[in-house]
Amino acid sequence: MNTTAENVSTQIEHAIHTRSLNLWYGTFQALFDVNLDIKQGIITSLIGPSGCGKSTFLRSVNRINERLGYVRTEGLIEVMGQNVYDENVELVQVRKQVGMVFQRPNPLPISIRDNIIFGHRLHTEGRKPSISEQDDIIEAALRKVLLWDKVKDRLNSKATELSLEEQQKLCIARLLPVKPSVLLMDEPCSALDPKGTEAVEELIWDLRGEYTILIVTHNMAQARRASEECIFMLMGKVIEHTATEAMFVTPEHKETADYIEGRYG
Amino acid sequence: MQQGGNKMSHDAFDRRTTDWYIDKLMQSLVFIGGISAIIFIIGIFVFITMEGMDFVISRLDPVEFFTSEYWFPSDEDDPEFGILALIAGTASVTGLAMLVAIPFALGAAIYVGEFATGKTREYLKVLVELLAAIPSVVWGFIGLSIMNPLIIDVFDVPVGLNILNAGIILGLMAAPIMASIAEDALKAVPDGYREAAEAMGATRWQVIFKVVLPAAKNGLLGAVLLGVGRGFGETMAVLMATGHSVNMPDSIFDSVRALTATIAAELGETAVGSDHYGVLFTIGIFLFLITFLINLTADLIVRGVRKG
Repeated sequence: MNTTAENVSTQIEHAIHTRSLNLWYGTFQALFDVNLDIKQGIITSLIGPSGCGKSTFLRSVNRINERLGYVRTEGLIEVMGQNVYDENVELVQVRKQVGMVFQRPNPLPISIRDNIIFGHRLHTEGRKPSISEQDDIIEAALRKVLLWDKVKDRLNSKATELSLEEQQKLCIARLLPVKPSVLLMDEPCSALDPKGTEAVEELIWDLRGEYTILIVTHNMAQARRASEECIFMLMGKVIEHTATEAMFVTPEHKETADYIEGRYG
Repeated sequence: MQQGGNKMSHDAFDRRTTDWYIDKLMQSLVFIGGISAIIFIIGIFVFITMEGMDFVISRLDPVEFFTSEYWFPSDEDDPEFGILALIAGTASVTGLAMLVAIPFALGAAIYVGEFATGKTREYLKVLVELLAAIPSVVWGFIGLSIMNPLIIDVFDVPVGLNILNAGIILGLMAAPIMASIAEDALKAVPDGYREAAEAMGATRWQVIFKVVLPAAKNGLLGAVLLGVGRGFGETMAVLMATGHSVNMPDSIFDSVRALTATIAAELGETAVGSDHYGVLFTIGIFLFLITFLINLTADLIVRGVRKG
């Protein structure tokens, strides 16, 4: 069962595949018939005015939406070929496959070291990795996000003491040891200053290829410079999904054009 | 029209309206209300110190006071004022009470704070607070009339009024308030931590055990300390459930006597100004200092949490 799934995933073209996805918060419908095929290994950005459902969609891919308790979802979401909403699905396994970065950097109030190894520990059954194995994992993750040189001498200090930019990089780094295939990012730069935004954007850009990245952003310039495909949503519906360049140069729909030109939102 | 308008604007800037006076009055009233707590606490401390000081200065032998287990304050020839047995009584009952209360309080706090939702949660919170409001004499009554025969039956001991009885009663009394404060501590943990951990694939239990409890540990410690403070200060239930006999306990089935209960039971029978009267106030000073210290520590710890 597992092996077939893994075999499939290597050949899959679309990392995230949804069909007639509808979602309600109580009686309020937030998503309408969302059909999306998000290509594997590239960065796709989700844009649209506030309340258009872009964050909601993102948060339904790893089912973190369900924390709210009053969310009802219908339809299909497949991540790497497996239905996330299947009855037999273990949330833990979904979240191993799908990492998430939040709007506000939210490192846990423990040491930098423990933050990085946290997810890895959750997902390794049985034998605990030795200290030196852990050290390797931590170094690799921190190097990947270009944080190693800055924090290598204070791995045991609290992660919450880092600057916001460093915290957000750490939040990305802690996902990597778990080896997810999809990274969801919910406005990952909106709490950062311009310099931090640039640094984190560059980092995200470097991660493409290895991971499928879906990034929600309010910032159209960011979508334009930091993504390869772009999805425009409005009122819970997907209006347009094309290559980023095409969307910003020759949008197909009037709504898209209006939004991109700043007529609303 | 215009002139009228001008006249209005010519009101002097230092004109005081009724609103101004009401505002000043209310401010001072609220200020008095606010500092009254401080005034009362200082007043109480001054009072018990004045009543006890005479004895402390002229008669008290601190070594005997804290290390002798003989409490014969009204012996006419050779009174003994040792409170070691009383301290042991209070400490053993409070200690057992904490063993009983901590699991209950923590369990209740985790359930109400992390698992229960909607109506269940609201009802539980109200019930927990209601439980905290049960008068201590009612608890003492339960100790006397229900726990006492039960302990005699179950453990086959001659007397059911002992450390075990009082510890359980006091534990149940302290648990609600501890649960309430512990729940506040859990609620103070930012939801972002839980969300982050869940998104990484932690189960509900892992989130609580690895993230929420460590993050709330100061608040939880504060809750426990407040429970300890409550245990030291509790009088009526302890008086009724311990058996009230001066005794260095060897086991939880021994009857003991608490510091507070001693004051409550004996103060009415002493002559004002006598040594016995003085030593009871000295115990009062001692209790006051201990509970003050415990509560202060708890408060500082809880506050530290809010800041960090």
